[in-house]
Amino acid sequence: MSDASTTRKYPPGTHPDMPPPLLESGAIYWVRKNLLSSWTNVGLTLAGLWALWLIIPPFYEWAYADAVFNAADRSECQSLGDGACWAFIQERFKIFIFGFYPEAERWRTILTFALLFVAIGPLLFDNFPYRGKAMLFSLAYPFVAAWLLLGGFGLTPVGTDEFGGMLLNLIVGITGITFSLPIGIVLALGRASNLPAVRIICVTFIEFIRGVPLITLLFLASTMLSYFLPPGTSFDLLMRVLIMVTLFASGYLAEVVRGGLQAIPRGQYEAADSMGLKYWQSMRLIVLPQALKISIPGIVNTFIGLFKDTTLVIIIGLFDMLGMGRSSLADAKWAGLSSEVYISIALFFFLFCFAMSRYSLYLESKLETGHRI
Amino acid sequence: MASIDTPAPPAHSNRPPAHSGSGERNLLARLWYDKKTRGVLLQILTVALLFAFLAYITSNAIANLELLGKTFSFDFLNEPAHYDINQTLIEYSSKSTHFRAGLVGMLNTLVVAVCGIILATFLGFLLGVLRLSPNWLVSNMVYCYVEFVRNTPVLLQILLVHGLVVHALPKPREAQEWGNIADTIFFTNRGVFSPMPLPQDGFNWVIAAFVIAIVGSIVFARWAKKRQDATGQHLPVFFISLAAIIGLPLIAFLLAGSPLGWDFPALKGFNFRGGFVIRPEFLALWLALSLYTAAFIAEIVRAGILAIDKGQWEASLAVGMSRGRTLNLVIIPQAMRVIVPPLTSQYLNLTKNSSLAIAIGYMDIVATVGGITLMQTGKEMETMIIVIGFYLTVSLSISAVMNWYNKRIKLVER
Repeated sequence: MSDASTTRKYPPGTHPDMPPPLLESGAIYWVRKNLLSSWTNVGLTLAGLWALWLIIPPFYEWAYADAVFNAADRSECQSLGDGACWAFIQERFKIFIFGFYPEAERWRTILTFALLFVAIGPLLFDNFPYRGKAMLFSLAYPFVAAWLLLGGFGLTPVGTDEFGGMLLNLIVGITGITFSLPIGIVLALGRASNLPAVRIICVTFIEFIRGVPLITLLFLASTMLSYFLPPGTSFDLLMRVLIMVTLFASGYLAEVVRGGLQAIPRGQYEAADSMGLKYWQSMRLIVLPQALKISIPGIVNTFIGLFKDTTLVIIIGLFDMLGMGRSSLADAKWAGLSSEVYISIALFFFLFCFAMSRYSLYLESKLETGHRI
Repeated sequence: MASIDTPAPPAHSNRPPAHSGSGERNLLARLWYDKKTRGVLLQILTVALLFAFLAYITSNAIANLELLGKTFSFDFLNEPAHYDINQTLIEYSSKSTHFRAGLVGMLNTLVVAVCGIILATFLGFLLGVLRLSPNWLVSNMVYCYVEFVRNTPVLLQILLVHGLVVHALPKPREAQEWGNIADTIFFTNRGVFSPMPLPQDGFNWVIAAFVIAIVGSIVFARWAKKRQDATGQHLPVFFISLAAIIGLPLIAFLLAGSPLGWDFPALKGFNFRGGFVIRPEFLALWLALSLYTAAFIAEIVRAGILAIDKGQWEASLAVGMSRGRTLNLVIIPQAMRVIVPPLTSQYLNLTKNSSLAIAIGYMDIVATVGGITLMQTGKEMETMIIVIGFYLTVSLSISAVMNWYNKRIKLVER
């Protein structure tokens, strides 16, 4: 061979690695492997590109290139461009966020929201500074938030009928999430209990909750609940909605946790018993930590579902973010802008829910101990 | 720490009480510390509390009803409803009874649920398989779709689709210029209009041929299975049955002299008349629910297929099966076991989510009985019982059927 002399410069075994062949690495290889590996694959790629070409350019034109960001009303929007009319969203942004909350008191909702992060941080992350002390604040947070939002004790009182917009979604969602988890765990334990009466009650409750739509439960809360209270008493509609949403989510959580409980081998229960642990001790120290760990994806999915379901309150006449958006469509000055409104609200929900699902992935990897059950 | 050798005090001491004076307290304590009696005591306590609670709310309800001068009865069902329903599968007018209105509502719920389940299953399986495709572009496009749909509220999607149907589709007059397929099917903001088949004399023969073909296919499939068990030979059952089910009615149709007329939609005034109509509310609800549920089903299908060990593919190919038969006989039966339970709950969710129809004016059971009838008669308790009872019945029967199916395909262990 002619070039044999050039390769012989290296002592045997010390030749540096040659780069892989051009078609086995790099961008060309990636494209060939992932987009063009077979005729079906080529077809799929073409179909995908075609679909993108159908969707992306028109959407870009509508949402950005031809869109109007500043205008006084719909007709001005239409005269300025034939794309989306984001000016409407800009004008209504505050009402989407705060609802009818009095303008002068809105700093309280912002403060509540800011404090939420302080309260939730130590619960979510191990390395939060001063975690132990911050947890105490987390415990006090519900009361602080209720005081800030409702007023009293030095603040101007604000009625719950003035709550609305994103504020309402967050109140219903976060309250539901906070209270449904413990109730759901208790229901799941009840369902797995070996006391027949307890088990039957829990099964009936769970199956009832899971068998009917949330809307009917909300109707129940708004029309029928007052019948079951002592004559002459009634309580706040928002409070009734919170109770129903919490019970609804806890029924679903109970089933998720039950799945986790069933995945724990019998040996774990027996080992806990043989150590002389009492029922609650063995649950708290041995069974639940393992069961909850495997149910994390399901639990977070339920929470996401709960947060999305907070929009259903519009059916019984509360104005959450979607309700605000929907009612603002009735404005004659801005008629016919439903896509703009719904897409902006969808974006808001997407950000929240997507963040939750990413956190669940982080939590799963953090708690992963290597030996899957 | 006590060492292991130390004799622990017996948990259930059988010693007589040391002080006879405190015998009664010791008896209670002993009962409490005995696992069995404690269980019984706890249950009695729970049941007593439950009944006390139920008695309390019932007495409240009776007192409240009396205060308001209302009675608890379902008599209102026989009174005329006095309201119109835009989509009716059975005969209905505003003179019909509330019972009839409820029936119309139930049928509307069921029809949107069944149509939604079919479309969602189809789309969901398609998306799930595409998500697993080796094609990076398609897989990631499906991923984006699934994540976006799963993370936004279904009510919002229903309203968005309804808005698109109402605003983006042409008015009936404009539909003759654009928004139609060959001037027979019209897509308008008042609904989708298509020709309606009108069976004429002799069409019964076609139906009879269709029924015969289906029965014949079932018998043939059983016979083919028996034959395969006995001889090992495999017949293309699926294609033969398909040919019979399509071919026989077609032959009967031609022999009977094409006994089928069409009622074409025609523009009269501001809207189309005649033909088969899909209302915009139904269209929006159906599409939105199907697209939403399909995203969840796609994830379920993906998880189900991924759950099957790669070795199953390799083993099956190694014994000489083709790819198609591997998929049909080895992979799909195993994946179905993983897929069916969560799929059931998605079907249930779709059915329950159909109650959101009320937001866009589709008259389902919640909108008829739980909405207008409730407002008109003021019978909150009775109407809510009907609505909840209906949903419970539907939910429990779907889960019963799916449980039966699940049991049938369950892994038979030694």
